[in-house]
Amino acid sequence: MGMEGIGASVVRKEDKRFITGKGRYVDDIKMVGMTYAHFIRSPHAHAKVKSIDSSAAEAMPGVVAVLTGKQIVDDKVGNLICGWAITSKDGSPMKMGAWPAMAPETVRFVGQAVAVVIADSKNLARDAAEAVVVEYEELPAVADMPSALKPGAPQLHPEAPGNVVYDWHIGDEAAVGAAFSKAAHVVSLELTNNRLAPNAMEPRAAIADYDAAEEHFTLYTTSQNPHVARLVLSAFYNIAPEHKLRVIAPDVGGGFGSKIFIYPEEMVALWASKKVGRPVKWTGDRTEAFLTDAHGRDHISKAEMAFDADHKMLGLRVKTHANFGAYMSLFSSSVPTYLYATLLSGQYNIPAIYAEVMGVYTNTTPVDAYRGAGRPEASYLLERLVETAARQFKMDPAELRRKNFITQFPHQTPVIMAYDTGDFNASLDAAMKAIDYAGFPARKAAAKAQGKLRGIGLSCYIEACGIAPSKAVGSLGAGVGLWESAEIRVNPVGTIEVLTGSHSHGQGHETTFCQLIAERLGVPISQVSIVHGDTDKVQFGMGTYGSRSAAVGLTAILKAMEKVEAKAKKIAAHALEASEGDIVIENGEFKVTGTDKSIALPMVALAAYTAHNLPDGMEPGLKESAFYDPTNFTFPAGTYICELEVDEATGKTSFVNFVAADDFGRLINPMIVEGQVHGGLVQGIGQALLEHAIYDSNGQPVTASFMDYAMPRADDVPSFKLSHTTTLCPGNPLGVKGCGEAGAIGASAAVINAITDAIGNNKLEMPATPDRVWHAIHG
Amino acid sequence: MYETTYHRASSVDEAAALFSKGSDAKFLAGGHTLIPVMKQRLASPSDVIDIGKIKDLIGVQLSGDTLVIKAATTYYDIMTNADVKKAVPAIAHLTSVLGDPAVRARGTIGGSIANNDPAADFPAALISLGATVKTNKRSIAAEDFFKGLFTTALEDGEIITEVSFPVPEKAGYAKMRHPASRFALTGVFVTKTKGGDVRVAATGASQSGVMRVSAIEAALKSNWSASALDGVSVSASGLLSDIHGSADYRANLVKVMAQRAVQAAG
Ligand SMILES: Cc1cc2nc3c(=O)[nH]c(=O)nc-3n(C[C@H](O)[C@H](O)[C@H](O)COP(=O)(O)OP(=O)(O)OC[C@H]3O[C@@H](n4cnc5c(N)ncnc54)[C@H](O)[C@@H]3O)c2cc1C
Repeated sequence: MGMEGIGASVVRKEDKRFITGKGRYVDDIKMVGMTYAHFIRSPHAHAKVKSIDSSAAEAMPGVVAVLTGKQIVDDKVGNLICGWAITSKDGSPMKMGAWPAMAPETVRFVGQAVAVVIADSKNLARDAAEAVVVEYEELPAVADMPSALKPGAPQLHPEAPGNVVYDWHIGDEAAVGAAFSKAAHVVSLELTNNRLAPNAMEPRAAIADYDAAEEHFTLYTTSQNPHVARLVLSAFYNIAPEHKLRVIAPDVGGGFGSKIFIYPEEMVALWASKKVGRPVKWTGDRTEAFLTDAHGRDHISKAEMAFDADHKMLGLRVKTHANFGAYMSLFSSSVPTYLYATLLSGQYNIPAIYAEVMGVYTNTTPVDAYRGAGRPEASYLLERLVETAARQFKMDPAELRRKNFITQFPHQTPVIMAYDTGDFNASLDAAMKAIDYAGFPARKAAAKAQGKLRGIGLSCYIEACGIAPSKAVGSLGAGVGLWESAEIRVNPVGTIEVLTGSHSHGQGHETTFCQLIAERLGVPISQVSIVHGDTDKVQFGMGTYGSRSAAVGLTAILKAMEKVEAKAKKIAAHALEASEGDIVIENGEFKVTGTDKSIALPMVALAAYTAHNLPDGMEPGLKESAFYDPTNFTFPAGTYICELEVDEATGKTSFVNFVAADDFGRLINPMIVEGQVHGGLVQGIGQALLEHAIYDSNGQPVTASFMDYAMPRADDVPSFKLSHTTTLCPGNPLGVKGCGEAGAIGASAAVINAITDAIGNNKLEMPATPDRVWHAIHG
Repeated sequence: MYETTYHRASSVDEAAALFSKGSDAKFLAGGHTLIPVMKQRLASPSDVIDIGKIKDLIGVQLSGDTLVIKAATTYYDIMTNADVKKAVPAIAHLTSVLGDPAVRARGTIGGSIANNDPAADFPAALISLGATVKTNKRSIAAEDFFKGLFTTALEDGEIITEVSFPVPEKAGYAKMRHPASRFALTGVFVTKTKGGDVRVAATGASQSGVMRVSAIEAALKSNWSASALDGVSVSASGLLSDIHGSADYRANLVKVMAQRAVQAAG
């Protein structure tokens, strides 16, 4: 490893512009003649739009247009799609209701847009919006799954009788039945996984610009995957063919999944910019973010596990209801199915698993992938169930886990996943040592003497990143491939541009991706730049989500790099009159091994572009690209242990210690990994203790601002002790697994297990607010 | 935000005069309540009269057994003031757990009590300590000043100039923070006056704003100690109930926070 190569904690290149206020986000961009959009949104969870009177608004100064849902449907802008087809148990396809970008007839959640005002300024648009009179006829609403599934419940979509999107299953029901019938012990648990609002620091925004002469659109948008946005806007929403639509995702201030999806506002901005003949900008505010960014989680589950007399796991049965909100968002269907139930084996050797998942419509904001996407729900369920079992058996929860760990790899689970490698004992050992697990009983007793309730909770998570290979996900219903592309351009005097289909919105790619180049060529990272987020610059790519950018995106860069190196070695060998096989690359130079002959990279690059003296038949230039489709998912795993105290009188939780031992494979930049883990853990703790997106029974959001929705703050979380137990991923040449979501996946179970241990009552749901904990203690 | 006209007043009289000229004028102090409400378009004053820079409205004075805090003094200045820390350390503590650094840097005691949010911290201190609110027109006892949720005895255009607190023998404040807003989920201020009286006020708990808690006062009067409250039970009726705290939980917090406030008071 060089000073800036793989494994070095290089300071992030991008931070200079971020921390000096020079980042360039969508809202920072201004265009000549730009107009501003303000959406008129439904105040009702379920209603018919009877009429929209915009005459007064249209007469107001500075108002360019008022456009409605009826107009966007008349103009044949396509309905929003869901890109992963799920088939129910009975073989029927999932049942989707239509989702037009603005509602022409019926609104189904508070915040759904019915019309938009386009005006010369943001304030004028807002003023005019107040003058638009929308007449609604309220309909009965269903805000939660039990109400939505009741016979006779109000129906959201005629296409989905009973408000059921699908009733899906996975695994071998008969084998699980057999396992339960021979079980010595059965442990069961019912739990909910609370709905979360993603709350990226930057709200969503879009600027659409239509060039009438070229019949060409440019869209600046807060996207994690601009190429996917262009594909969907072209192929399904009839905005423009791909070559007439450029999508740019500049600096993006966090996504956590919520910026994967193509939302109505971008569609409307594009459509409106052509209609009004001027650029249209929309910048969401925080309230709009709470109302319209896809939410995460929201499951209700029953889980049962069968054990033999020796406490070995025999079978797992899970039944989950997943709330999709009012419409199926872009990848929502896959989250509680292939991203959730396929991880239910956890770190354990479970011979038989059967899971049923019912997707349910309610009059709430649509739900889709949010940091971890399905895997936090699986991990939380399993790790609480195992902890419950240990308590029921009066066994050390670490021992029960250890007894059931998978130790032989590769390991085929009963739910599709084939784990390639791992060492679950190593991470459990590391975490137990870091927290002094053996000393806990004494600490608990000492705390008790002080009148404090102390608890310890474990969570041994596994997750799947770099979702792949394309052929396999295609066979499961995905509408896209999940490879990544890269292109490397060595410029004539040796600086390097790396173009990647991955997108950085906080991950630090502009640093870590350069580190690979530094590692391979021995050049400083200052000579390398990363280009991403613009469909006119970068060839088609799939974007960033599911912790895929290192395992898939960086491997694609490596593949392109290998081609660049091969060609450069040929040029160097030719120039040095040596044999290609004798050329080695060191510190930016191509050397003939065993001699002092060498040629520097800039000279090789120059030779490639002058083409005065290249080997016979070689094309000029030094630029290569690659597409990389992985052979398998990667499987980061680890153990988190949380030790905390509960104030019996108030139910308030205080952390004593929180340790994380993760196996992410090879680390490219340990400092950035640490940051990713911290952020993930805070989100997991936020879910466990604070965050909850709540609706009242009429579907009115109760938590649509930070005054009510509790986001974790620095003083809500402990200092973390992190460590790594590494097994290299055999599935990619870099040996990397992914680290972006692990914290959010593993943390919540550790926290809840610790609280239930402290208070001696397992009946506790997330978020474990002081009120809930106090009631769990005192009844 | 709708269009409005901003004025910076240099004296209380000028502020009052500007107010009477505006068709729907509002005073602005720290702006931490008024500006967000204007941004949400829930308030649309014709004129905003900034009283936050009026010299006569800023500062703290301790004379004998009276601590005076001028209306436009910021929480930060109260929290760090030597006289406050000496005379009523519980007030310094209260400001240190009020909001966050940005709120403390701009928010003012006058703005807080004029707004009378049912979960604001200062109303509890005023009621418990038996403070007097002075305005450009009169003096109002704290007990008469707070009139339920977001309402006070202030008349249209009346300006709070200062709050005067009798220095107590002992006082303490304990607060359970609302997990999202950091206002008081429930906060209790306890005071033992120099005359031997005990006054206890709770904020964030009642549906009708800051309240005295007579059961706790009675118990503390006979025995000023946290353990004196062990057997006291606070009724949940009339208490707030929301996603962060049910009424019975808040009833429990009134007692527990009172105990902790007594411990803090010493
Ligand atoms: C994020 C956040 C967290 C907060 N947390 C807390 C908390 O934990 N505890 C708490 O108690 N409060 C909290 N607050 C509220 C904070 O204390 C406000 O600043 C306070 O309510 C108002 O004070 P201000 O000086 O900002 O008043 P402004 O917003 O300027 O004014 C508020 C109202 O009072 C009127 N007014 C102001 N001064 C006078 C005066 N001298 N005479 C007559 N009328 C006047 C104004 O006309 C206006 O109607 C929080 C606020 C925010 C934004």
